[in-house]
Amino acid sequence: MNDSHYDVAIIGAGMSGLAAGIRLAHFGRKVCIFERHNAPGGLNGFYSFSGRKYDVGLHALTNYVAAGVKGTPLGKLFRQLRIDREEFALHPQKQSRIAFLGCSLKFTNDFAVLEGEVAAKFPRQISGWHNLVGAVRAYDDVALDARPVSAREVVARHLSDPLLVDMIFCPLMYYGSAQERDMDFGQFVIMFKALYLEGFARPLEGVRVILRVLLEKYRRAGGERRMKCGVARIVERGGRAAQLVLDSGEEITADHVISSIGFAETMQLCEPPQSKAAEENTGALSYAETITVFDREPVEWGWGEDTIVFFNDSDRFDYSCPTTPVDLRSGVICIPNNFVYGGDRLPEGIFRVTCLANYAMWAHQPEEAYQADKVWWFDEITRSARRFLPIVDDAVLARSKLATDMFTPRTIKKFTGHLNGAIYGAPQKVRNGRTHLSNLYLCGTDQGFLGIVGAMLSGISMANYHVLQGSSAVK
Amino acid sequence: MTKDDCKKLVIDIISDIAPDEDLSAIKPEVRLRDQLELDSMDFLDIVMELRKRHGIEVPEADYGRLASLESCADYLAPKFSTKA
Repeated sequence: MNDSHYDVAIIGAGMSGLAAGIRLAHFGRKVCIFERHNAPGGLNGFYSFSGRKYDVGLHALTNYVAAGVKGTPLGKLFRQLRIDREEFALHPQKQSRIAFLGCSLKFTNDFAVLEGEVAAKFPRQISGWHNLVGAVRAYDDVALDARPVSAREVVARHLSDPLLVDMIFCPLMYYGSAQERDMDFGQFVIMFKALYLEGFARPLEGVRVILRVLLEKYRRAGGERRMKCGVARIVERGGRAAQLVLDSGEEITADHVISSIGFAETMQLCEPPQSKAAEENTGALSYAETITVFDREPVEWGWGEDTIVFFNDSDRFDYSCPTTPVDLRSGVICIPNNFVYGGDRLPEGIFRVTCLANYAMWAHQPEEAYQADKVWWFDEITRSARRFLPIVDDAVLARSKLATDMFTPRTIKKFTGHLNGAIYGAPQKVRNGRTHLSNLYLCGTDQGFLGIVGAMLSGISMANYHVLQGSSAVK
Repeated sequence: MTKDDCKKLVIDIISDIAPDEDLSAIKPEVRLRDQLELDSMDFLDIVMELRKRHGIEVPEADYGRLASLESCADYLAPKFSTKA
């Protein structure tokens, strides 16, 4: 075969594409990852701005378990990619909160804390709660052929207090639901385990530590990577992806193609295009996020305990595309300083707030209005979030402020390519990764394992299932 | 390649796949699954590492033969001798 033929071509150098690439290269496949941007990471990358490095996406790695806890996604990931857990240098969270007006539930990496909070604040719900947890534990969440079931319906069988139901859903939706108002129960289980039964952690230096490990593994395994080299078209012949045409016009071929760029986004690359399939399964949920950098750690204002705060001020938590540019009623605060770093600490204070946002309202504005809106909404978002933290005077915060940045649905679209700036992609996931073409598969966000551990496991599973296993397994 | 060599090579593979497992006291005649936390993904990796490192093919129908160290050795030793 010639230089432009690969055993496997992977589209996108995010967490899932890199993980798939590591597996395939490790087992001797000739594999190349094509990435349109010059930086790896996709939805979970990082960038430099005015001399500082910022993470995008990652607030915390979910699915965290301590060393020695086996049979969980994190352990599977380390084994499958031959990663020593020390390499990720993970530090556990302090504590997180679900803060609704008049009620708050604390949770940590010890599930007993959340159970205790539910028992104390919702005593009449506790037996239903135990039944729900039992149902979650018993569910086979890695099955690739599960039928979608409404999580709201399943949860309603166990819990009758709408406040508790909304409080439990809020973090799970914010950290992974591509569907408005409800989730598939399979997705609910994945998230419930990832956030509540397992927990949060972070490397001191953020997501770039994890990306560095993945890139190095991939390189050592012999994988090829072409940056600033997107795939422009997937040409179909005889029910197969016969050829990939790159942005440069160059043409390559591959026995298998794994796309991590999303369902609708992949369908749009196909020639002939699958516009109807794409249209019917495009996400609508996008976010805005503010980042404020301070000259001191937030602990100095009494903000030293909470790692993540999921807040909501309305009667019912409404996880849907807002009718205003940003929905200020609910959101997520992340304070990266508040992980247990041992002797280390972050040199500056970081305060991030994420809220639901409306893509269309941000997408088509002229540049000047867009910039002005960013400034206005930045203040609104941070003010809304601060209602759920100890009160600090505006002037005090202003004096300590070193830098700010903000991303909007428009930024998400630009850097991830996700249509509508849909942060978690398509509402209907494709669990077995199959498409209308026999050798084209999906991995990543739209395959439906969630969080960055889920993303990596998605790449691993799809590489195993479609390429490495079965009669073609041993090459 | 002796049966003991075969056992050692399987242990080497498992120690790379699952470095968090204690392999010092494995009973050769007991199923690996019963004494170690190994799932189907891990077993697939044992098969693929055998191919990668030693050129040994294990067809899917024979996966059951890799259940314990003893059965691995019984199954693999003749494969190595035909290869050599």
